[in-house]
Amino acid sequence: MSHQDIKFYQTGTFTVGNRLLDPEQRSVQSTLERTNALNSGHRACPGCGEALGARYAMDAAMAATDGQIVVANATGCLEVFSTPYPETAWQVPWVHSLFGNAAAVGAGLAAAMRVKGKSDVRVIAQGGDGSTADIGFGPLSGMFERNDDVLFICYDNQGYMNTGVQRSSATPPAARTATTPAVGPHPGHQRGMGKFVPEIAMAHHIPYVATATVADLRDIEAKVTAAMSLRGARYIHILVPCPLGWGSASHDTVRLARMARESGLFPVFEARDGEVTDSLKIRHQVPVEAFLKPQKRFAHLFGKQRDEEAIAYLQARADRNIRKYHLLEA
Amino acid sequence: MLKQVEGSRAVAETIALCRPEVVCAYPITPQTHIVEAVGEMVREGTLAPCEFINVESEFSALSVAIGASAGGARAYTATASQGLLFMAEAVFNAAGMGLPIVMTVANRAIGAPINIWNDQSDSMALRDSGWLQLYATSNQEAVDLHIIAFRLAEAVSLPVMVCMDGFVLTHAYERVDIPEQAEVDAYLPGFEPRQLLDPAEPVTMGAMVGPEAFTEVRYLAHVRQMQALELLPTLAREFEARFGRDSGCLIQRYRSEDADTIVVALGSVVGTLQEVIDTLRDAGHAVGVLAIRAFRPFPLAEVHDALVDSKRVIVLERAFAVGQGGIVADSVRKALQGLPAPIHTVVAGLGGRPITQASLRGMIERGMRDELPSVTFLDLQTDVVERALERERTSRRSGPVAEGVLKDLGVKAMQYV
Amino acid sequence: MDKPMVKPFAITLDPGSSLANHTGSWRTVRPVYVHRLPPCNNGCPAGEDIQGWLFHAESGDYEKAWHVLTENNPFPAIVGRVCYHPCESACNRGQIDEPVSIHAVERFLGDEAIKRQWAFPRPAQRSGKRVLIVGAGPSGLSAAYHLARLGHEVEIHEAGPMAGGMLRFGIPKYRLPRDILDAEVARILDMGVRLHLNRKVDNALAAKQEGGFDAVFLAIGAHIAKRAYIPAGAAARVLDAVSVLHDMEAGERPLLGRRVVVYGGGNSAIDVARTARRLGADEAIIVYRRTRDAMPAHPSEVHEAEDEGVLFRWLSTITQADEGALTIEKMALDEAGKPQPTGEFETLEADSLVLALGQDVDLGLLDKIQGIEIEGGVVKVGENMMTGCAGIFAGGDMVPSERTVTVGIGHGKKAARHIHAWLNGELYQKPPTPPIATLDRINRWYYSDAPKTVQPELDAERRLDGFEEVVHGLNADNALFEARRCLSCGNCFECDNCYGVCPDNAIKKLGPGQGFEIDYDFCKGCGLCAAECPCGAIDMVPEDI
Ligand SMILES: Cc1cc2nc3c(=O)[nH]c(=O)nc-3n(C[C@H](O)[C@H](O)[C@H](O)COP(=O)(O)OP(=O)(O)OC[C@H]3O[C@@H](n4cnc5c(N)ncnc54)[C@H](O)[C@@H]3O)c2cc1C
Ligand SMILES: Cc1ncc(C[n+]2csc(CCOP(=O)(O)OP(=O)(O)O)c2C)c(N)n1
Ligand code: SF4
Ligand code: SF4
Ligand SMILES: [Mg+2]
Repeated sequence: MSHQDIKFYQTGTFTVGNRLLDPEQRSVQSTLERTNALNSGHRACPGCGEALGARYAMDAAMAATDGQIVVANATGCLEVFSTPYPETAWQVPWVHSLFGNAAAVGAGLAAAMRVKGKSDVRVIAQGGDGSTADIGFGPLSGMFERNDDVLFICYDNQGYMNTGVQRSSATPPAARTATTPAVGPHPGHQRGMGKFVPEIAMAHHIPYVATATVADLRDIEAKVTAAMSLRGARYIHILVPCPLGWGSASHDTVRLARMARESGLFPVFEARDGEVTDSLKIRHQVPVEAFLKPQKRFAHLFGKQRDEEAIAYLQARADRNIRKYHLLEA
Repeated sequence: MLKQVEGSRAVAETIALCRPEVVCAYPITPQTHIVEAVGEMVREGTLAPCEFINVESEFSALSVAIGASAGGARAYTATASQGLLFMAEAVFNAAGMGLPIVMTVANRAIGAPINIWNDQSDSMALRDSGWLQLYATSNQEAVDLHIIAFRLAEAVSLPVMVCMDGFVLTHAYERVDIPEQAEVDAYLPGFEPRQLLDPAEPVTMGAMVGPEAFTEVRYLAHVRQMQALELLPTLAREFEARFGRDSGCLIQRYRSEDADTIVVALGSVVGTLQEVIDTLRDAGHAVGVLAIRAFRPFPLAEVHDALVDSKRVIVLERAFAVGQGGIVADSVRKALQGLPAPIHTVVAGLGGRPITQASLRGMIERGMRDELPSVTFLDLQTDVVERALERERTSRRSGPVAEGVLKDLGVKAMQYV
Repeated sequence: MDKPMVKPFAITLDPGSSLANHTGSWRTVRPVYVHRLPPCNNGCPAGEDIQGWLFHAESGDYEKAWHVLTENNPFPAIVGRVCYHPCESACNRGQIDEPVSIHAVERFLGDEAIKRQWAFPRPAQRSGKRVLIVGAGPSGLSAAYHLARLGHEVEIHEAGPMAGGMLRFGIPKYRLPRDILDAEVARILDMGVRLHLNRKVDNALAAKQEGGFDAVFLAIGAHIAKRAYIPAGAAARVLDAVSVLHDMEAGERPLLGRRVVVYGGGNSAIDVARTARRLGADEAIIVYRRTRDAMPAHPSEVHEAEDEGVLFRWLSTITQADEGALTIEKMALDEAGKPQPTGEFETLEADSLVLALGQDVDLGLLDKIQGIEIEGGVVKVGENMMTGCAGIFAGGDMVPSERTVTVGIGHGKKAARHIHAWLNGELYQKPPTPPIATLDRINRWYYSDAPKTVQPELDAERRLDGFEEVVHGLNADNALFEARRCLSCGNCFECDNCYGVCPDNAIKKLGPGQGFEIDYDFCKGCGLCAAECPCGAIDMVPEDI
């Protein structure tokens, strides 16, 4: 994608900042003035990808709108760790209503802004994969279909983490969760294609759909900025590793997001009006194992007897993504 | 302006006069005519500025209203029955957050068995959701109560449900005086939210509250309902002064001052009751009616004062706490605590069963003779239920109760879409 | 709003109030910023802070880069050409694609400095101490430079007619143009260092006492050519590399003939052979007793020589020299990999034979000085570069060493520091060396893929026309590119990764050049900053709980 194509500067644009870049080429996160929309003192687990992704996205949205945003947040880790009375970590106007209604609350906020003549105030609704793919799916689809002026951001940590790591419809096959234990003939989460909301969002032909990971900061920022430049329903789906739910080291959060993308398991792309327009290419392809192995939720695949069949199944999924989204440079 | 209109239309026009800024709804009989009409006014531009949003469920309807209200807009929605239950989670949430949304509930029974006709099981099911609940006895009152509801909601920062009986009111053509815009504007100033999401002054709304403060939050919600209890009569007096109608008091008494027997009721049945009372009075009986307009907050003192001198109280209920008894009667009992007057529950008009004057009169007369049991089902077809019970006693697979009863009645099962 | 909000109790909260919650108490390990020793720096015999000066070169601040560089080595233009750059062999990037072409950037900086006439800072204070330096080769000049910077009065006594030592009388022009050499020497003299040419020191101690010097640094190099016993006919023309190259510099064209055989495997052998080609020899053959791999000469020079048509005879010794011809015995490697004679002989036509078998030190000036110890033909020095005689220090080719320019420069620096301390009656304490920044600490993903820039070279045909410089320098553009290939091993280069990836905003950015600081009030110790630091400049250390 174009924002990665900056002339070679040591780390190019892969790092958060780069003192060698022109100021206008720098990321929001690298600036001294970044808003820290999600402030220190929140209670997310150490190394929480969701906390990271939320700050990346919100700060970018703040930068893109000159601070004119209001946010509706679904129930879930992000909400719970950020706003336990008497402290909130949010520095943006923010409302939490329910687990399943963030998209609708967002739609209401957007209507309020329009009717109040405050159309410069932009609305973001956000939540975890559970609130997006499962319980809030109806309201989300409704918001898409009406093309409400709301950017919905899904922080996908592939499970219901807040309630103690149960499966969601975004949980990958074979992953162990509290409700898909690693026992029986097919241990872990069921096989099947799961529910990949970005593609469903595209089927609504909304103006903008994109996926991203916390390993690609500039990509997130570019996508949030692109989304904020448009009106109507927009959707960004960010992969945010969860050390607790994935059974991974807290310092591996960014690396795992990177492995998910570099293996092809998580395709990063952009779609406009229902058509894929661009994808982030894999730089150094890795086998799915590189993503799976550091996570305890996949430990049963690498026991005494490697579950070759399951690994191959997941590899096939990655390969399919690579083909489908053209993740390897031709 | 006096008009001969359908109740729904009257309410819709009144809603428009209240200048809601965001209206969202999902269709369900018998609420549909209200929101259809409001939607049309928004389309035509006669209601402006206003955003009308066709959502994909009642859950979203109220959620959109929550968002709109949090964004500082006056928000309105309407629903009934299944729809109200479908949005139940958001109903509690709107109240918990103190968002002054106004919602019309076109009272309708709740399935199963699915039933589109009137009773009040829906709003009664959510009586403890934290919303203020006002019950209209007539379409004129429905019109007036909506105006008062917006004023009240915004004054105490709590949502208000205006309950009007489905079909009986919503679909009835009656003469209704619909106020002028200027009058309404003078009574109902623009919405000034107590809290809103504003980038200029960011706040976090809907925080998570643990044991350390949850009780206090709930206590304060209660206090706010108590404030509403004090405020409502004031608003009603103000309303009366401006519009010439008493529509907003907590209760409404009808020939009950010297009555030995007082029938307590909510909603449209009060009209029928008044006629029955008139005939009974003509026959020399000391009977009267007490209409409860505000069920939440419950006007304990006013109810007490209205009933304290009576010899017996009959509470006519269009809903029923299965396995327990009367819902309204419980509150009345609380109001009359320590007094000797017996309090009877009469469950009537469930699922749209007509409440006839004859039945009412017979029931009241039984009451006056002290022959009413503590709970009565008005016009219950005892032979039908006996047969059903018998079947259940003899056969394990007795089949669905509703279908069995319908078969007994010789009615073919209908399908609702 | 005009009226202040009456916020609902508990469920509506003031923004950012979570700062009251100090999550730092959750931490069991804490991140700390460290400076590791980059392998390049570790590999540089002159102790250059390579990563340090590349940091400035990366941003295009070449002057600053040059100043940082020359804090350790005053000769970037020279060593950028002649150093065998062990830094590059050590460079971590070499294990990723190719090492950073450190010498090329260094040379670029050196040339820029000459072009733009950048000068060294003059010492702020004079110490009043006087130091004599014997020999104006790289080692002596380096010591002079560092001592001058430290405020001492320095006098160099040089036996030869010009400064530079082997830089001038050994290394040919086509590798080190003399204007470059002159410019970098002149800059040192500009600092007030006095150079006395044609002034051979015969007795170091006497010179010290006579001149009233407080200390002496000897750096006389190794100039006496080693000979091997080769039976030679009377008419055979046998010369040695040192004198051939010396003659070249003195302006005398040595008579080598059309066919020249050079005996030896070091850089002087290559230099002589390439010089011979430039002087018109049709054939220049290097005879070496071992294999190509075992040659001490640097592979790049072997390449360049081959390009110029120099021929090689590996595994061969010369057993007899006659007029016009040599007898050669083939060698074979034994099991231990040592060359052994095979008894197979052949004849090689040759108009002259040049011996390039290394040099010995002329130790005459140390005769009868108490305490001086000689071992294997070189002078023994202590850790502090001092000989057995107090106040007399030595370095460069005359002490046990690898005998390269940069080693000599390093000795000069090291000796200067010790002399300085010694003059103050102190002991120089080398600052502790941090552990090496190894490749496994590098998060390679972040670095852009970028193969090294190739320095342009003179066409092989044109090279033999004269003594024009063969390898050209980088221009500003590709020097910048090359500098930016540096991974900044073990040292923060302000990429903002830690600042960005902390989910708890617990890293404070202090502004350009100031780096970062960790806010331990909020750091939960997740370790993301350390894991995602591209260059491994953050350590996670256990909290003592
Ligand atoms: C042909 C050749 C090519 C080389 N190429 C390279 C190369 O590419 N890269 C590399 O790193 N190294 C190379 N070297 C090695 C390198 O030149 C030496 O290691 C280095 O010059 C040693 O520096 P020095 O200061 O110790 O001695 P020198 O450079 O030898 O300088 C000693 C100086 O002391 C003077 N002197 C000697 N005796 C006295 C005295 N009694 N009184 C006063 N002055 C005296 C000499 O005249 C001379 O100027 C090469 C050597 C040769 C011979
Ligand atoms: C209606 C309802 N059902 C269930 C819950 C319990 N609940 C709260 S958060 C959550 C899971 C959240 O999962 P997700 O949206 O993926 O967010 P995460 O915590 O993983 O970030 C669940 C099941 C709830 N709060 N409300
Ligand atoms: S459980 Fe997972 S998503 Fe939730 S705070 Fe912890 S790391 Fe973040
Ligand atoms: S990459 Fe840079 S710091 Fe690392 S060894 Fe090479 S030159 Fe030195
Ligand atoms: Mg989740």
